[in-house]
Amino acid sequence: MDRRTFLALSAAASALPLLAQAQTNAAVRIGLSPVFLDDQLSFLNDWRDYLQGRIGRAVRFVQRGSYREIMDLLLDQKLDFAWICGYPYVRHKAKLQLLAVPVSDGRPQYRSYLIVPASDTQTGSILDLRGKVFAYSDPDSNSGFLYPRYALMQLKENPDRFFAKTFFTWAHRKIVEAVGSNLAQGGAVDSYVWETLRIYHPELTERTRIVEKSPYFGHTPVVARDGVSRMEFDAMQEALLGMSQSVAGKDLLKRLNLDGFVTGEDALFDGIARMMRALNGKI
Amino acid sequence: MKMLRLHDLSFRYKIPLRGSVLVLITALLVTASLIFREYDELRQDLATTSGHLGRVLANTLVAPLTHDDPWRAYEIINSPFHGGPPEVSPQTAALVMVLDANQRVFVATDPKQYPMLSDPSRANTDFYELWQAVAKYNDPDTRAVEVKGSETIYMVTPIISDGVRLGTLIMGYSKSAFLPRFFGIAKRAGLITVAVLVLLLPASWYWGQRFAKPLVDLAHNMGRIGKEIPVDEDIRIYESKDEIGQLGAAFKGMLQGLREKQALEREVMVSERLAAVGRLASGVAHEINNPLGGMLNAISTYRRHGNDDPLAARTLSLVERGLVQIKDTVSALLVESKMQSHHLTRQDIEDTHTLVQIDANRKRVRFDWRNGIDETLPLPSTLVRQVLINLMLNAIQAAPREGSVACSVEREGQALRVRVGNNGDYIPQERMEHLFEPFSTQREGGHGLGLWVTYQIVQQLGGEITAESVPEETRFTVTLPLAEAA
Repeated sequence: MDRRTFLALSAAASALPLLAQAQTNAAVRIGLSPVFLDDQLSFLNDWRDYLQGRIGRAVRFVQRGSYREIMDLLLDQKLDFAWICGYPYVRHKAKLQLLAVPVSDGRPQYRSYLIVPASDTQTGSILDLRGKVFAYSDPDSNSGFLYPRYALMQLKENPDRFFAKTFFTWAHRKIVEAVGSNLAQGGAVDSYVWETLRIYHPELTERTRIVEKSPYFGHTPVVARDGVSRMEFDAMQEALLGMSQSVAGKDLLKRLNLDGFVTGEDALFDGIARMMRALNGKI
Repeated sequence: MKMLRLHDLSFRYKIPLRGSVLVLITALLVTASLIFREYDELRQDLATTSGHLGRVLANTLVAPLTHDDPWRAYEIINSPFHGGPPEVSPQTAALVMVLDANQRVFVATDPKQYPMLSDPSRANTDFYELWQAVAKYNDPDTRAVEVKGSETIYMVTPIISDGVRLGTLIMGYSKSAFLPRFFGIAKRAGLITVAVLVLLLPASWYWGQRFAKPLVDLAHNMGRIGKEIPVDEDIRIYESKDEIGQLGAAFKGMLQGLREKQALEREVMVSERLAAVGRLASGVAHEINNPLGGMLNAISTYRRHGNDDPLAARTLSLVERGLVQIKDTVSALLVESKMQSHHLTRQDIEDTHTLVQIDANRKRVRFDWRNGIDETLPLPSTLVRQVLINLMLNAIQAAPREGSVACSVEREGQALRVRVGNNGDYIPQERMEHLFEPFSTQREGGHGLGLWVTYQIVQQLGGEITAESVPEETRFTVTLPLAEAA
């Protein structure tokens, strides 16, 4: 069965009261991707408990090795919500609803950092990394893939040939590790992750040096799949937005190194959409 | 200079020193072999553990290599380093590296030194030789490769999937991580060596002293030769058939030879002196004898022609007595061997016994007489009898009152042997040398020519006379060859 049929059937099924009842009792499935430090399992437990208390339903976090797997699950309706990157959001905007945008450093935006090993004191721009080994985080990442390639194109370089070798680490944190250990001579990393690591794991960020900072882009959004009920959507949105209003929520936000969540607007992601169009057909 | 001094050391020190050196050499060899064995065992252990690790890693690395996923590979090769403290253990790889099918670095635990895509042999020439050694292997077994002059042992595992060589896993183990273990062994061996030395040194010192003592004594005694001949009692070399025992025996033999030679020289000297004295004495005697005969003839002629002058007669008688005394003395000096005399018989010998019996009885000497001759021997009886009488009278003279004298006359092969002994005073060595010289014994009642005459007679008969004197016994032995009977 193709996706369209599947979606149609699912929609039909959710209309059935009996099934709807069953679904209400089932856990809310939230997909997490490495747009934040998703490897802190004890934090995830606390956050899940918090969310369960706020929405009155069981919450199940689902983690996968890459953005794409989370996106596939989300588009297959196997997840209800997901914290994803702006790039896949822009790509699949038609099938997703923007639920909330995190706020870090006072703004619902973040950047892409170009980092090199701390021992490299020469590199001044991405152009100095020609013929080097470069680490991307994920082919579906904005800050860790889309932006650096866009930047190279703006510099009239072919991002597929500019570096001698590129590889994916599938997580921003691991970009910092790969560059810090000299495995890659350069890497592109989510500014929010880098800044959070600087607080919690300074030994990792110390081994890297920021060479360039990109313009601001819309922060990694929390989205709902197509077809999530209004009630569920509202409950989830309220739970996230309300975190900054409660002690427990503030504590969790602090551990996330976030100021809070806001509703956000699509316009936040225009920059990403522009880059995507510019690179369209070339990635 | 230093060597020479070492060389000159006494055996007393050389032997313990050599013993210690042997102990040290043994200890060194044993330690070296222990370390070598330990090294071998460590290598074995390494081969086993890294063999397992190598196979596991190589299998896990197939996917990252096929998917060109260096980060995944990097996480895999770093996994053995995670979790534990960063201690240096012989069993922890110092370096893990994955080479791709073109022998370029796919990923390494030390990306700084071995960057991705680089040729590892440019960073470390070990890898050039390493590659030569392992290129031909095409089975997924881990092999230990040692590169000459390198501080690292490499465990090499080909990464193979479905028979295709995707790359190579190299794990480098630092040899210097073995060093603490080796130092530990060397330290223990050193302590044991010291303990063994403490035990063995006194023993080897003792044996060295025991071994060297006879040699040192021997060397000392040999040094004395020239000034004197050491007596056997001074040479304290233990009796044995080993080389030192043999040396001692040979040395004693040599000393005996030297003593005999010295005695012989002394004898030769004595007899030469006696011969010279004899020639002088007989020459003088002849010169005196000729005018003496004339003077006695003149006195005799004067008396025959009858001159009764009493004064003259008295004077002549006085002169004649003096001349006769001179004649006696001179004729005693002139031993007449050419005197005609019959062959020696048993009775001739018995007669001499009878003649001296009176003197012996007077002195109450116990006389032990043995005459073993019962045939006629081709020797001049007069001379032999004179020799016998001289010797027996001397012996009786020398024997103390109620002492003893022994005389035996026997034939021994082609010789007549006469032994005359007494238990009188012992003749000291210095007198022995001049015993046979005329007037050497100025005994009361004798002219001191008895032994001289005896010696002359024996010499003329081609025999020999010896005197031995020890306390309680002085003995003269005369041996006369039976020349004509032969």
